[in-house]
Amino acid sequence: MNKLNMRELWLQSWQHRSFVIGIILSFIMLFTGVVSLFWTPYSVELLDIPNKLQGTSSTHWLGTDHFGRDVFSMLMVGAWNSMLVSVFAIGFGAGIGVPLGALAAGKRGWVEETVMRFNDFAFAFPALLTAVMLSAVYGPGTINSVLAIGIFNIPVFARITRGSALSIYKREFILAARTAGKGEIKIALEHILPNIASVLIVQSTIQFALGILAEAGLSYLGLGTQPPMPSWGKMLSEAQTMMFFAPQLAILPGLAIVFTVLGLNLLGDGLRDILDPRLSRVR
Amino acid sequence: MKSIIRHYAKLLLITGASLIFSGAVHAGKSHLTMGMVLEPPHLDPTAGAAAAIDEVVYANVFEGLTRINQNAEVLPALAESWNISADGLTYTFNLRSGVKFHDGAAFDSSDVVFSLERARSENSTNAQKALFSAITAVKAQGTDSVVVTLKSPTGNFLFNMGWGDAVIVDSASAASNKSKPIGTGPFTFKRWVKGDRIELGQNANYWGQKLALKTATFKIIPDPAAAVAALMAGDVDAFANFPAPEMAAQFQSDSRFTVKVGSTEGETILSTNNQQKPFDDLRVRQAIAHAINKQEIIDGAMFGFGTPIGTHFAPHHAAYVDLTGTYPHDTEKAKQLLAEAGYPNGFKATIKLPPPSYARRGGEIIAAQLRKVGIQLEIIPVEWAQWLDQVFKNKDFDLTIVSHTEPMDIGIYTRPTYYFQYRNAGFNSVIESLNVTSDPKRRYALMGAAQAILAKDAVNGFLFQLAKLGIWNKNVLGLWENSPVQANDLTGVSWKN
Repeated sequence: MNKLNMRELWLQSWQHRSFVIGIILSFIMLFTGVVSLFWTPYSVELLDIPNKLQGTSSTHWLGTDHFGRDVFSMLMVGAWNSMLVSVFAIGFGAGIGVPLGALAAGKRGWVEETVMRFNDFAFAFPALLTAVMLSAVYGPGTINSVLAIGIFNIPVFARITRGSALSIYKREFILAARTAGKGEIKIALEHILPNIASVLIVQSTIQFALGILAEAGLSYLGLGTQPPMPSWGKMLSEAQTMMFFAPQLAILPGLAIVFTVLGLNLLGDGLRDILDPRLSRVR
Repeated sequence: MKSIIRHYAKLLLITGASLIFSGAVHAGKSHLTMGMVLEPPHLDPTAGAAAAIDEVVYANVFEGLTRINQNAEVLPALAESWNISADGLTYTFNLRSGVKFHDGAAFDSSDVVFSLERARSENSTNAQKALFSAITAVKAQGTDSVVVTLKSPTGNFLFNMGWGDAVIVDSASAASNKSKPIGTGPFTFKRWVKGDRIELGQNANYWGQKLALKTATFKIIPDPAAAVAALMAGDVDAFANFPAPEMAAQFQSDSRFTVKVGSTEGETILSTNNQQKPFDDLRVRQAIAHAINKQEIIDGAMFGFGTPIGTHFAPHHAAYVDLTGTYPHDTEKAKQLLAEAGYPNGFKATIKLPPPSYARRGGEIIAAQLRKVGIQLEIIPVEWAQWLDQVFKNKDFDLTIVSHTEPMDIGIYTRPTYYFQYRNAGFNSVIESLNVTSDPKRRYALMGAAQAILAKDAVNGFLFQLAKLGIWNKNVLGLWENSPVQANDLTGVSWKN
């Protein structure tokens, strides 16, 4: 891509409405999460039971929960936790799935069959089921939820990598590279990966949103992030029995999840339109 | 337009009809659905310590020689009457005649001899063997009376015989009672859908007076939010121990429900593995006791329902001594004790939390309180079956929170292999002399001494006495307001019409 193209792309991006909304929402989440590492209005480990279940005030911007913890601080730290779990899970899934998919596309034959059937097998287990199994064996926790969501992501990335890589492998410049004596790994890294990067980026964004939903779901069930670490899913499940007199405790983390997932999905859609116009037309 | 009107008219008719029908079902109901949080591991009260067993079968399926009512009074059950010898050592129980077990087997003195001998035998699996420790002999006198001889006069022997652990079983069905309980009570065991519900049917041959209820279902709902929804929607008629205290006010203001706050025998404690380092060090346990703020736990976890305790004894008991001030909440003192014990920077440990909200929420609060003195607790939530297996049976834990709901259960501290593994010969001798003392005044003094030893040794973190928060449909009458024993006695329950 030359310089002009880059600029054009940049300008085009800002005219794409869902991309703009998506990137703003995602940035807000990222920003809140990062800020929570340095500063939160209150410590989320601080229980202040005499001041429990307060409404919005100047001292507690979004009120306090049933332990007197500051809800705003919990949402901030929750943003970081969701992101962290999701990023590592996507990293884990892509880190294994992409090489597997590339291997399948490059080698074909029985290697492809083996890899893809293994993927079908892994794909058949929802993240939730994997998480339940993992937590039954190793106990619930953040690392296990990362693994569960990550395992679920392996076949997603393997499939999309294989599909996109197959069409690239048919191109003449690959044949040329092979004739020139380039090794398979070098070809995959230098020719295949750059050509399918846009697809992978779009997929990662969408999987990222799914990862955040999955993390919230697992924490809601008590299988994900463990106390005292706050997480949006856990806040939701704790708020359930207080819905009648403190509905904000359920609404606020719910809204946080909605806007984050919405933002990431819009961002993913926008990125796809911008990076891969063919796909958007098919849609 | 006309067709739309007709359509709505039809809809109206259907909803109206369904309303009428659902109303018809309510009138003269003879079925009760009771919600409970924990699922019993099995249904044999003579072979398990889990309160959930008794909460299903006590007085409903199984009966003992005597029974205990909601005011902790001893009433005759399978024993119609009894005579106590002047020295207090010989009890002659006159048995009810014509009583049959659910499988048709006749009840007579041989069943009583069998049940008591089985419970007190060397290899008995009874969870409360201490109840029978005073017995030296059980002899049948004909088919309709039994003579029990005691080692020493035991003041509350008749009360002990009213426990769920002392129910009378038939030798033919005793082995299968865990999955298919067969007793003499007014309800028969019908079906157990694991993880969901236990159904009881009517015992047509019941010896006593006919009950207003014919059938009952115990529905297992571990999740507090689901419990709220089930009560609101009418899926369950009653929750004897409602798991979401934060909703009490809401239900109180709802005219469809009755809310009763009563007492239980449940000492809720931070059980500490006394043989596990560093908890084998008295100073560490004292530090934990100082670090804990009981009122904060009651307010935060139970929304104010509960009474602080300083030892393992129910505050509503006459012999209760208020020892809550033994180790008052004092963070500085706690830190100092930890430093003396060799942990100036605290240490790391785990806390395993069973499902009830007092444990899950209480655990989070305790973790926060201990963090202030440097003890970092890793919270491990466990399911009930896991808790019974890992913590209670295999003693694989550092700390845990649980409520001991048996009445007068201070004796568990004499058992060296009980899960918290407290071993103190001085305490044991106090309980031994308590067991052979019948003078109430002396007994109370000994109970007081026992309470003081436990408080001083900070065996466990003594938190609060569990309140019994009962919520049920206001048309349900006759449920217990207090729990002197672990039970959901349905024999007196009826629907108001």
